[in-house]
Amino acid sequence: MSGTQTTYNDKVVRQFAVMTVIWGIVGMLVGVIIAAQLVWPELNIGPWLHFGRLRPLHTNAVIFAFGGCALFATSYWVVQRTSHVRLWGGPLIPFTFWGWQLIIVLAAITLPLGITSGKEYAELEWPIDILITLVWVSYAVVFFGTVAVRKVAHIYVANWFFGAFIIAVALLHLGNSMAMPVSLTKSYSVYAGVQDAMIQWWYGHNAVGFFLTAGFLGMMYYFVPKQAGRPVYSYRLSVVHFWALIFTYMWAGPHHLHYTALPDWTQSVGMIFSLILLAPSWGGMINGIMTLSGAWHKLRDDPVLKFLITSLSFYGMSTFEGPMMSIKTVNALSHYTDWTVGHVHSGALGWVAMVSIGSIYYLLPRLFGKTEMYSTKLVTTHFWIATIGTVLYIASMWIAGVMQGLMWRAINPDGTLAYSFVESVKGSYPFWAIRWLGGVLFLGGMLIMAYNMFKTMAGGKTEDVPVLAPAGHHA
Amino acid sequence: MSDFVSDFWNLYVIVIVVGSILACVVLLIVQGKATFTPGKTMGHVWDGDLEEYNNPMPKWWTWMFVITVVFAFVYLALYPGLGNFKGMLGWTSVGQHKAEVEKADAAAKPLFDKYLAMDLKAVAGDKQAMEMGKRLYLTYCMQCHGADARGAKGFPNLADNDWQWGGEPEQVVATIAAGRMGVMPPHPQLGAETIKDLANFVRSLSGLPGDSVRAAKGKEAFVAAGCLGCHGPEGKGNIAMGAPNLTDKVWLYGSSEATIIETITNGRQNKMPAWKEFLGDGKVHVLSAYVLSLSQGAK
Repeated sequence: MSGTQTTYNDKVVRQFAVMTVIWGIVGMLVGVIIAAQLVWPELNIGPWLHFGRLRPLHTNAVIFAFGGCALFATSYWVVQRTSHVRLWGGPLIPFTFWGWQLIIVLAAITLPLGITSGKEYAELEWPIDILITLVWVSYAVVFFGTVAVRKVAHIYVANWFFGAFIIAVALLHLGNSMAMPVSLTKSYSVYAGVQDAMIQWWYGHNAVGFFLTAGFLGMMYYFVPKQAGRPVYSYRLSVVHFWALIFTYMWAGPHHLHYTALPDWTQSVGMIFSLILLAPSWGGMINGIMTLSGAWHKLRDDPVLKFLITSLSFYGMSTFEGPMMSIKTVNALSHYTDWTVGHVHSGALGWVAMVSIGSIYYLLPRLFGKTEMYSTKLVTTHFWIATIGTVLYIASMWIAGVMQGLMWRAINPDGTLAYSFVESVKGSYPFWAIRWLGGVLFLGGMLIMAYNMFKTMAGGKTEDVPVLAPAGHHA
Repeated sequence: MSDFVSDFWNLYVIVIVVGSILACVVLLIVQGKATFTPGKTMGHVWDGDLEEYNNPMPKWWTWMFVITVVFAFVYLALYPGLGNFKGMLGWTSVGQHKAEVEKADAAAKPLFDKYLAMDLKAVAGDKQAMEMGKRLYLTYCMQCHGADARGAKGFPNLADNDWQWGGEPEQVVATIAAGRMGVMPPHPQLGAETIKDLANFVRSLSGLPGDSVRAAKGKEAFVAAGCLGCHGPEGKGNIAMGAPNLTDKVWLYGSSEATIIETITNGRQNKMPAWKEFLGDGKVHVLSAYVLSLSQGAK
């Protein structure tokens, strides 16, 4: 390096980190609104703010806006630090930020207008799908370009997971979004019937597997050992669970289509690979939690570590629950009930949101030239509110889900259904109210985070940090 | 029915599924043979202080992995999964459904047989039968006819005493068992003026206000256009073909002039599905009695 020292590109990390918090609030607010609509149906106002249109807005906002920004921010931070180089890719880097924000804004406009392809978690219409493809390819070029010019021989484990997440999501997006456009705002899937359903859930389940699991495991593998100040528990475990995880996840989609027109053999294959997935999933939890062995006392007064370790506990819980729910006989009870909603949110709130929140709390002071957040106490408050909110949410949905499943299958001696559907709706009201309260608490935590973030940003310095020389090298 | 046009694909599925599970086993064995130095790092450092211990994988975790793999092979031997191999238990989801339905039907059969042997009107007066009928109604009928059986636009009201296809017990049973197809043919060839005349005439039949000059012209058109063929010379309808009585105050699609014009111009098609095959004679019998009971006491 001649004269001027190379610095990390933290501007884009800063942008994505701040937007993570903003979109988190927006996405969760929409979630709280639709939860309220289930308790108070009068809140369904006009076609634009109806549950049917806001629900996909909620899922898109929390997964792709909140989760997506968190993944961009952390992967860009991690890949630079662990490759010991500045982010590679020039103008593609700001393009990924502004392109992604444009996609989110377009989603927020088109979904309430009822413009949708009708595919769950892939509702955005074809022009936006093309934009997503462009941004995602740019992201891949930036990420793998940076890995390619790294100054260390070994690629750090976090980057394996980020890399797998980027490649798999590209594959899934292209595979599932194939459609024939009939106008600027309408297209039809090229797949039909049960093939369309299978492609949809191959996408849908792997969106969970690669976007919401592999990507966030990448986050975990950097921020847990960093915050704990301890080496990763087992390198070999990370090798085995990485390959087993990315390999078996691809097969699990059919468990979303148990007892449907999908052939029995396909359902069975989906089920057995979902069960095999248990150990590879838990490998990540073990590696994260055991990293803390010998440093458990740090949990007591470090709220960031609390967020990270609690997220791993919820991750372990929901990746145990998932394989169990994939068993046909269990699925016969749980399918189409709120149990599924509870399962998803133990992953979404407990795992994805908490690991992101912990990681962003780690990043924020470092991105704005501070040594710690404006208020560590508020981080602790956020942690407890978020945990209570998550528990209320999951527990109420478990009870409601099992109740619905049992009511739907109960029959009278004459063979007729013991309950009409609407009776199960009526029975669910109290639990929907508790779920709403859980959501309100979780959203409240995010508002505290936003306050803490802006206070931390105030008067902060955004100076570029020089790239650290790899260990054993002397600049 | 086969899922594939060629048997090759069954082999393809079998090889890939078995190979994929074995790949997990190979991964476990190969990686488990690595040399471990518990408590020591791998010697790589990233970002100043990021390191990895060279600890072995936890034993209980490895065993958990192995158990799921064993379970997978056992399951694939017993259940369908490997292409067209049906599994040793011969289980199918369709078979499971049929067995469950048969079991439930067999258990309920004596109950329904008892009522099947009874006269429909007697069944309509039986308290237990009517509770069963209501549950059947709420499961199979209310989606179209409404929870209160008062119907909706295009779906007849079952709680009144008007019967488009007849209200005698055997006629109600026939409606539910075999279904009904109601067709009002379109008449755009009559021209907008004549259709408007007809609409005013039809309204006048049940005493609704309208243009009396047009109604008089409509009366002639009613004969000339052949309306009387189905609805009868006095417009009182014909239950044999489900042609509605135009002189009562019951309107399936609405009584406004605009709606009637739409009905005459474009025609109407309506369908009551057939339930005999799905529900069986016993349930149709109890359901018919329940539907009859709904109009008892109705005007």
